[in-house]
Amino acid sequence: MTDVSGGIGWWGVPLAVLGGAIRVSTPFLLVSLGECITEKSGRINLGLEGVLIMGAMAGYGASLYSGSPWIGVVAAGLVGSMFGLLHGLLCSLRRVNDIAIGISIMMLGTGLAFFLGKPLVQPQAPMLPSIPFGFWSDSPQIQSALQINPLFLIGVALAVILHFAFRHTRWGLQLRIVGDSEDAARALGFSVIPTRIMATVTGGFLAGVGGAFLSLYYPGSWNEGLSSGQGIIAVALVIFARWEPMRCLWASLLFGGAGALGPALQAMGITSGYYLLNAAPYVLTLGILIATCAPNRKISGAPGELSLVRQ
Amino acid sequence: MLILNEAIMAKILPNRFIVSMEGILIPLGALLVAMLLFAVFVFSVGQSPLEVFYLLYKGAFGSSFSWQNTLLRASPLILTGLAVAIPAQAGMVIIGGEGALALGALLAAVAAIALAGFPPLIVQAGMLIAGALIGAFWIGLSGWLRNYRGVNETISSLLLSYIGIALLNHFVEGPLKDPASLNKPSTQPIGDANMIGNLPGLDVHYGLVIGAACALIAWFVLKFTTTGFALKLVGGNPRASQMAGLRVNLWIVGAAAAGGAAAGLAGAIEVAAVQGAANSAVVAGYGYAGILVAFLARQNPLAIIPVAILIGGINASGGMLQRRLDMPDASVLVLQGIVFVVILTSDTLMGRYRARKQLAVPATSKVAMAGGATT
Repeated sequence: MTDVSGGIGWWGVPLAVLGGAIRVSTPFLLVSLGECITEKSGRINLGLEGVLIMGAMAGYGASLYSGSPWIGVVAAGLVGSMFGLLHGLLCSLRRVNDIAIGISIMMLGTGLAFFLGKPLVQPQAPMLPSIPFGFWSDSPQIQSALQINPLFLIGVALAVILHFAFRHTRWGLQLRIVGDSEDAARALGFSVIPTRIMATVTGGFLAGVGGAFLSLYYPGSWNEGLSSGQGIIAVALVIFARWEPMRCLWASLLFGGAGALGPALQAMGITSGYYLLNAAPYVLTLGILIATCAPNRKISGAPGELSLVRQ
Repeated sequence: MLILNEAIMAKILPNRFIVSMEGILIPLGALLVAMLLFAVFVFSVGQSPLEVFYLLYKGAFGSSFSWQNTLLRASPLILTGLAVAIPAQAGMVIIGGEGALALGALLAAVAAIALAGFPPLIVQAGMLIAGALIGAFWIGLSGWLRNYRGVNETISSLLLSYIGIALLNHFVEGPLKDPASLNKPSTQPIGDANMIGNLPGLDVHYGLVIGAACALIAWFVLKFTTTGFALKLVGGNPRASQMAGLRVNLWIVGAAAAGGAAAGLAGAIEVAAVQGAANSAVVAGYGYAGILVAFLARQNPLAIIPVAILIGGINASGGMLQRRLDMPDASVLVLQGIVFVVILTSDTLMGRYRARKQLAVPATSKVAMAGGATT
């Protein structure tokens, strides 16, 4: 224990939580940005949990066989967009419910990833590099806390870009109008279904990349217990963020911190309540949903066509 | 009001037959399509589809041993299927059966410890009641949150499910751990005398009967009582139900709780009849497979029984695929996922004939509106 806390004692906990928050938040950030795009178009894809696992498996496999983790990231994104395409196409059929299709895609993605990922459990694939922003410090804690992964930076940049694009580009306008009112979109000559399919494909791509982060950076291996609900938490997080990309970023960091609390305390030698601490993100998500939602009133900022908030 | 001429009658009558059959024919057709897609998948990973299907059949229904194996798995699936289907009547999509099952198992084990010394029948009843109550509370919470806070019940039930599983793991490996259980952390065993026994002459425990009885009761209540009627009314049109004087809030929370009770009961039975103690082995995916069971049965409690046996059979044959063909045990998950996606997609075919039937009679404004909206 003294070894871990080193010279800075209990300060190691907040520092480890900060470093952990950035690490743990990355998949939340990528998946929630993707889901944000999808939900802006008026559809919800609950299947991102399955897409995340599928992306983790595909990314790991592609990195292993190609030798390049970046090829893994791209492969994970492509597999994710294929699942997004499936969701987008099926939900465009009459009478097909997007929430139910999402649940089925969650099961299909999980099953396929476990099946195809069986031979990937043992071998070690090349990992994504990290950028050492803590080079100025002598303290190993600070150095390790500031090992920032590139996908987090991409996610932050994407949040800023999306924030701008939703408001100031024609593409963003089209997405928002399709999500707010089908009739208005038709009146303006926007094609509703292709827009939604594209939004779901993009959401799937980002969720796949989020999965690649899990298997190629942190925790950095492929196994069947890799994701336990990060995908669904990210979906809930979009509601909390009220469909705003920048708020997705802050919310992801908050969740990353909650998720990093367990491992950080464990590293300090506190092992009791391990499972309860690991359940902290779920409790936090639920608490935040309870605080954000309200009966008989639409959540401000919610896309008007979203079945999730229409009762 | 309208005098039907013979030509219209001839058009309506066969359609009416098709309408009543489409609830069976479309899911069956979807199942066939799903099998075909799975065959393509199996072929593309280098296995023979025919051999896989033969082993699936053999592992599920090929011998009395595999039948027993299938029925053992069908028993919790009936209950976790009900955990989805009962709330669905009130218009909810609940997917948190796994966590309710885990907590049902935990509380059943606690009840067995608390009731130690009582006659087995009382201990068993206490376990089942404790499991059902905690399940009802857990999923009822999702219904309550939907009503009083507007929180989406699908997401909240899944989050609660993860929390429930974490609670089970915490207590099983922490405060309630039996020091004697080293490799497989468990609560104290409930004792052989308190185990729920097998059906006479079979290797299948009485849980199957309990599950089937629950499904029959749910079916009867939904179909033949005012309770069932009120529930469907609430699910179909909450505002109209409110106007009709129904307390919609209570009905929604009640439906969620009834579903949760079924899932909790499944967990209690797993402890009382299979595991003999609460441990993480009860978290075996029955809750998630129950979602598939309910959707495949089109949320009909009676249909849940055969569908649970079918899905239980698919699950049971996973081991055989693994042993004979060296296929991963996730093969059955792939098949289930494909079946699920295809069955939901087939919903698009539902009601086509009904729509045409109504159009044959002078179109009401509602039908005309629906037609306008879909073009």
